[in-house]
Amino acid sequence: MDNAKIPAKLLKEAVFTFVLSLIVFGPISGLVLTGFTVENKLARPLIIASVVTIGRVLFTLFLETSLGRRLIARMAGTAGSGVTVESGNERFPYAAVAIAFAVGLAFPLMADEYWLGVAILALIYVLLGLGLNIVVGLAGLLDLGFVAFYAVGAYLLALGAQYLGLGFWGALALAPLIAAFCGMVLAFPVLRMHGDYLAIVTLGFGEIIRLVLNNWLDFTGGPNGAAVPAPTFLGLEFTRTARQGGTPFHEFFGISYSADYKFWFIYLVLFLVVAAVIYVVNRLKSMPIGRLWEALREDEIACRSLGVNHVATKLSAFMLGASTGGVAGVFFAVHQGFVNPTSFTFFESALILAIVVLGGLGSTLGVVMAALVLTILPEVLRDFAEYRVLVFGILMVVMMVWRPRGLVRIKRPAFFPSSAPAAVPALAAAEAAQ
Amino acid sequence: MTEPVLTVENVTMRFGGIVANQNVNFKVDKGAITALIGPNGAGKTTLFNCITGFYRASEGRIVLSTAEGPRDIGALLSRPIVGGSHLVTRAGIARTFQNIRLFREMTVVENLLVAQHLDTEANLLSGVFKSAVFRRAEAEAVERAFYWLGQMNLVDDANRLAGELPYGRQRRLEIARAMCTSPRLICLDEPAAGLNPAETIELSEVIQRLRADHDLTVMVIEHDMHLVMSISDHVVVFDHGVVIADGTPKEVANDPAVVAAYLGVEEKEVAE
Repeated sequence: MDNAKIPAKLLKEAVFTFVLSLIVFGPISGLVLTGFTVENKLARPLIIASVVTIGRVLFTLFLETSLGRRLIARMAGTAGSGVTVESGNERFPYAAVAIAFAVGLAFPLMADEYWLGVAILALIYVLLGLGLNIVVGLAGLLDLGFVAFYAVGAYLLALGAQYLGLGFWGALALAPLIAAFCGMVLAFPVLRMHGDYLAIVTLGFGEIIRLVLNNWLDFTGGPNGAAVPAPTFLGLEFTRTARQGGTPFHEFFGISYSADYKFWFIYLVLFLVVAAVIYVVNRLKSMPIGRLWEALREDEIACRSLGVNHVATKLSAFMLGASTGGVAGVFFAVHQGFVNPTSFTFFESALILAIVVLGGLGSTLGVVMAALVLTILPEVLRDFAEYRVLVFGILMVVMMVWRPRGLVRIKRPAFFPSSAPAAVPALAAAEAAQ
Repeated sequence: MTEPVLTVENVTMRFGGIVANQNVNFKVDKGAITALIGPNGAGKTTLFNCITGFYRASEGRIVLSTAEGPRDIGALLSRPIVGGSHLVTRAGIARTFQNIRLFREMTVVENLLVAQHLDTEANLLSGVFKSAVFRRAEAEAVERAFYWLGQMNLVDDANRLAGELPYGRQRRLEIARAMCTSPRLICLDEPAAGLNPAETIELSEVIQRLRADHDLTVMVIEHDMHLVMSISDHVVVFDHGVVIADGTPKEVANDPAVVAAYLGVEEKEVAE
């Protein structure tokens, strides 16, 4: 903008902001109810409005500086397509990954019980986010009932232990298979649907699972929930005294008892599973199946014209996503020691979807970051007490306005031939003539 | 050149009460360039959709002759559970679209890699652990993608997003992508729409080279009469869903029915 116009613009903005904030703050801060009379405290809204106006003017002035302009340019740049292609010179950040892995492994040594619990929850949401990212981010199928698979995993452990004597490890191995099967059952009726319709059907599926769990009293325990057995490590229990005979973990290793060992154990297994899933998801993205998912998201009709079996491709996305959700469910159940249907409401599905969208659809790193932010942030915000959810909501809105395509920009891999292919001379000439 | 690659027999396509194609018969000779022409709404694209398996013809048969014997397109579509239009592509018919359908947020090379999924589709575990077999298949797919980029003069754009390319190049990329499925017959739906004269000339060279070098049969829907008359061996003229003329470009151009139904309408419009 040219500099002569700035004062006029500032004045206009200042008046506008002042009037608007008077209207907003006037009634709520200027009129105070005492007993049955209303007291006028008009100075207060005037002060608030002045502060807001000064803030607005300073903000505008800041945006006019060179720093501000650069910031705007950057925001405008990222608001565009949000997808860039690598140059081919990128190196895999081995050092950063190794450090992150080491810090992750060593985390239980640094954290107290409370933060370890938060970390376990955060990692569970990372898993959920990665699973849903396959379905929504890569294959472009909007799934609002993802929590169903989470519930399947959690109840598999709880009910499996109750009826079949299934343990933590058995459930961990079975959960992906059972959840994938449920994913397949869900996927069959929805394969012909797109967008909104798909979202509604999956939403219904999520609710059905929750309602069944809630109302099938004899089998699931209904709203009373079901107890989940504690995990074991090579048959060693983490209790003070062994309940099923044998020796507890601490006696076996000759160390003093601590209730934390169980959480350390859950955390470490979970961390390794998350690391493995991140690796696999990353590989999937550069494999033919991952490219097919993304192609399906971009244009289903074009996919069919290339001989892609869109039914099988969608099915595979649903099943792999669901199995990841099922694994997350097992960890949730074993961490809580108890499951009941209130943990698997639509709000959970929405939160997982928020993780995927905030992270950037299709970006693994973005989903991991968003999952960590969205689970740790509410804990940090406990200082704000009852305004916690409000602040959380505002942050999400701000995120979406500034970074509509998510935290992390999507990068597409570059490919190079082993030798330069010969261009066709006739064509090259025609192009040069243009 | 006598053996037909594609035989269309008595094909009728109805949408409710609307008849888009009625009793259409023609043959596409191997190695020939066959053009479908006709006014807008004459049913050309509907027939294309029937041939490429996007619609199932209400009546009649469409038979593709392949190395493994004849294949009935309708039967491929109605196969229980596994049936569908993707089988038609696998049998050897590739197509492009009137309004370009690229994977816009994927790179040019990735567009071509998607098209080769049948050759690279190794099992999941070998991909996850980057086995030697997987790496070799991927490398070959990349080489093949670059071969077709070379053929279409798109090598410099290899690592750009497909949606960023200029229009003419997007058209060529779509042809390259269709070629990556190793088709016997390629169906081009208005490939010259939106191209400037220089690009149209380039396109006609591309089509003729594909036919000459790659043992390919080409079917094309086109409104650019200059292009149609210069490259095609065989022209089929549609009007109101029926074939009104079928022959060499010269025969068709002199056919009184074509002049009346096709050009005659336009002259009347001018007169009004």
